[in-house]
Amino acid sequence: MISFNLFVLPFSLGLIYLLYMIARWWYKWISALNPNDKTRFRNGLFSPRFFSAVKEVFLESLIHRKMFKRNALMGYMHMSFALGWFLLIILGNIESRIYSTTHINPPYYPIFLKFFIHDKTVLWFEIYTVPGFFRFIMDLLLLFILSGLALAIVKRSKSRWFGMTRTTHYQLTDKVALTCLWLIFPVRLFAESFTDGYYGGGGGFVTQHLGNLLVLIFQEASQHIAYMLWWTYSLVLGIFFVTLPFSRYWHIPTEILLIFFRHFGIKPQAGHSSFSDVEIGACSRCGVCIDVCQLGVAAHVHDIQAVYFIRSVRDEQVNRDITLRCLVCGRCQQSCPVGIQTDSLRLIERNIFSGSLQSDFGYLPPKTPRQASIVYFAGCMTHLTPGILRAIKGIFLQAGVNYLFLDEQGSVCCGRPMLLSGKHDQAMKLMEANRQLILATQAETLVTSCPICYRMFIEMYDLPMQVVHHSQYILELIKTGKIPLQTHYKKVAYHDPCDLGRGSHVYHAPRELLAKVSDLVHVKNEYEDALCCGGSLGLYTLNPKKRNMVTKNALDILMANQPEIIATACPLCKKTFAKLSDVEVLDIAEMVYPAIPDKTQVTA
Amino acid sequence: MMKRGIVIGGGIAGVTAASALAKLGIEVALLEKEPEVGGHLRNWDRLFPSRRKSTEVLQFLTKQINSTISIHTNQKVVSIQEKHGHFVVETEKGLIVEGDSILLATGFELFDASKKEEYGYGIYENVITSVELERMFQDGKGILTQQGTIPKRIGFIHCVGSRDEKVGHLYCSKVCCVTGVKQAIEIKETIPEAEVFGFYMDLRMFDRYFEEMYFEAQQQWGINFIRGRLSECSENPDHSILVKVEDTLTSRPLRMTVDLLVLLVGFIPSAETNQLASMLEIPIGEDGFLEPVDEHTLTNSAQHPGVFLAGALKGPVCISETFADARATAVQMAAYLNPY
Amino acid sequence: MKDFGYSIRKDRQIDYDKNDKRVLHYLEKHEPSILTCIACGSCTATCSAGNFSDFNIRLVQTLFRRGETEPLKLEIRKCMLCGKCQLVCPRGVNMRNMILAIQTAIDKLK
Repeated sequence: MISFNLFVLPFSLGLIYLLYMIARWWYKWISALNPNDKTRFRNGLFSPRFFSAVKEVFLESLIHRKMFKRNALMGYMHMSFALGWFLLIILGNIESRIYSTTHINPPYYPIFLKFFIHDKTVLWFEIYTVPGFFRFIMDLLLLFILSGLALAIVKRSKSRWFGMTRTTHYQLTDKVALTCLWLIFPVRLFAESFTDGYYGGGGGFVTQHLGNLLVLIFQEASQHIAYMLWWTYSLVLGIFFVTLPFSRYWHIPTEILLIFFRHFGIKPQAGHSSFSDVEIGACSRCGVCIDVCQLGVAAHVHDIQAVYFIRSVRDEQVNRDITLRCLVCGRCQQSCPVGIQTDSLRLIERNIFSGSLQSDFGYLPPKTPRQASIVYFAGCMTHLTPGILRAIKGIFLQAGVNYLFLDEQGSVCCGRPMLLSGKHDQAMKLMEANRQLILATQAETLVTSCPICYRMFIEMYDLPMQVVHHSQYILELIKTGKIPLQTHYKKVAYHDPCDLGRGSHVYHAPRELLAKVSDLVHVKNEYEDALCCGGSLGLYTLNPKKRNMVTKNALDILMANQPEIIATACPLCKKTFAKLSDVEVLDIAEMVYPAIPDKTQVTA
Repeated sequence: MMKRGIVIGGGIAGVTAASALAKLGIEVALLEKEPEVGGHLRNWDRLFPSRRKSTEVLQFLTKQINSTISIHTNQKVVSIQEKHGHFVVETEKGLIVEGDSILLATGFELFDASKKEEYGYGIYENVITSVELERMFQDGKGILTQQGTIPKRIGFIHCVGSRDEKVGHLYCSKVCCVTGVKQAIEIKETIPEAEVFGFYMDLRMFDRYFEEMYFEAQQQWGINFIRGRLSECSENPDHSILVKVEDTLTSRPLRMTVDLLVLLVGFIPSAETNQLASMLEIPIGEDGFLEPVDEHTLTNSAQHPGVFLAGALKGPVCISETFADARATAVQMAAYLNPY
Repeated sequence: MKDFGYSIRKDRQIDYDKNDKRVLHYLEKHEPSILTCIACGSCTATCSAGNFSDFNIRLVQTLFRRGETEPLKLEIRKCMLCGKCQLVCPRGVNMRNMILAIQTAIDKLK
């Protein structure tokens, strides 16, 4: 006979609805992939990448590894809910199959098992291992989840303990879903306890003892209360499932699909795509991106952070100001526990909101520069920092480098500033003009002083030559003995430029170089966690005063260990900091050049 | 008992105020951080608009000093204590001066032109500041490039460090325009065959005989003025300087090679003044200069009883204004010390 | 009106009364820093695009101020958005957003 009671209906209907919604949306997203990505998806399903994706789903969606790395309490809280509930379902299923009297095992059966089966005989294997294995383990898992719930309640008022100073606001559906989620496990605890207590058996070390106590108090009414609680349990589960697709918890099924997409090699596009839709859905609204955003922390701009931006895109409330007011420094992307590529999402919207600009660079003359094996490209901004140019020219002269200064008479922009406006196609026009110019030199090595150009040359130009930032090139000159150094060892704080560090993962060459000529002091925010100088070309709409606040804040952090010099490797960072710094701001090249002894004189 | 005043700063404002106080019968102590009084005036060769020698004004200034003023040079103030309207000032060297009122006349600093990196000061040898040009005039060895040649073409860049959000100084320094015109004329006096260009945004000839001097610069000396702000410059192999501006009147970019480029550096608030202000809790304005009690009616009194302000610590001023302001401040202070 | 027998050539004259200043009004709202330009020309002098063409970003500002929308449409297409102008502007005019906002305003005119 199939065990059934009316109260299982809210749960069952809710579950059916949720599964339907997941299936519907997954189907929609997968079928909207472009033909190439569809092939990637199909091939991925039958490749080892499938298993690597499953592994990541397990590590990120259940264990929450990235969360743990950020903050242990935060990681534990998420793990207890996700992994705890997951194991409760798996073990509950096994338990119910073992104890079930029928062959049919409807989904609600393991959930409400204790209602249907009160008497659980000790199984043969339990006699030799742990008597009441399932009763014990199910109670343990319930406690595990409840400990996470306790933390979640504490987090409401003490979010700082969880490494967060600001979190997102909840919308109505979020509140309903959250309330249900919080109620599910305490209600289950009491439903099971009352039942176990009333029938005098079947409970584990928590539920049985609590049940016995409750029956002492409530006596005969216990059976009635238990029944009410089973109804409540089913109802909160059902409501949670129905509201889930409209709440922040929708990120759970979406994130799983996103992990598969990524493992199958599906990448963001220049415009809206299935990938971007899934990324938008996969945002858990956890708000980690809020605390790392310098516009919020330093300039009191509180409506543009990735989580709000993504929300506005999802709700079709996005506007020009929100879209264009962002440093595109990559800090939120770096910290996102879901790994959402927030920068590319923003550029997609920028393409829409930055107007229908159709650039015309027809004036760029086809030039035939002379051929050279080493070509130096200063970049637009470096022309405003003659100190860097003088140092580079001096270092090259001392090292006997025979090079062509490609943009001495003025640079064709690398295209990144245009790209940052979302105008991918227009940026391509600039890139192509510049690329042809570089190719015509038939260079073997292209050296640039500007990390913005460097990132573009590496990421977008597909150049058949070695591309290096001057910090890498100078380091090589030193290592090969081309330039001797006489060290001075002043205290120096190094600032990682966004496009060189997070953008291009060049962290060590500048540091190795600086270590040869200075005494590097520790900076709180460095490497991947480095701050933006505030001069970013990604930021389109912010007044200079607020921009200065971002710079001042970054400077304060750089100055914490009282360096005598702030060193960086970007002309834009240099100019931005120099405006407000009390100490000298120098490029790496300017640190190295004075350290070369016995120089021959040179014209800047 | 005789009331005693303390004047901090021995430039035009400080010395003038001290002597005026002495004439009003107040015992004055004057503290100056440099070895001699005179302030920035000592660094200037001739003064606008008449181009008289600065030494004439300096002589007038030093003649004002009489025996009732005790002058302490080489004394940099490090602390100011106040108790019941009585001030105790201590210097770096441990000198302690007491008084019933303080007059701050600590002046201004000049903008550090290397902060405008794109202008190449400190990088290109033939980019100099207006102060260095004055020193050349004072030395009397002629105007030469770093290579020892006589410059054939000289450019003056106006508004360096002033009217510039990029260096944090939105205000106009007021005296650089007229200084630039004065120095341009002096260059022509020294090297008649030289071509002289002034690159400007606006030329603010605000005071008596200034416009006339500008007129003279054009009519008599053939000095050219190009309306465009310097964006950047570079150095040619022969150490001459390539200047890039927009000739805004033809709306076209203009490039010009000059042998010597003079940056007309502006006034900036002095860091030391601001330290004193914070000791006395005197508010500092948005532009970095000190705020008096009232911008129109009480410009000589600080927002701290017994403290008075004279000269360029309240913002850019020229010499004639400084004399007048210092005397007015002295009167305010005397009235505070000996009310009728 | 009395006919004096000659008139100013239409294409030489800015007809301030008739010109459409909606682009200016849009910019006043969405990029108010444009109000502070003092036409010093440092933006044009440093301009990467101006190095290779007749593009004059300072003149662009004058064009929308006067309501000269037609030439504006063509001019802004030359901008590389490199941002050098912004780095030298003594008034902190946000010229990169200005270019994008001009285009947005022109799009709205349709």
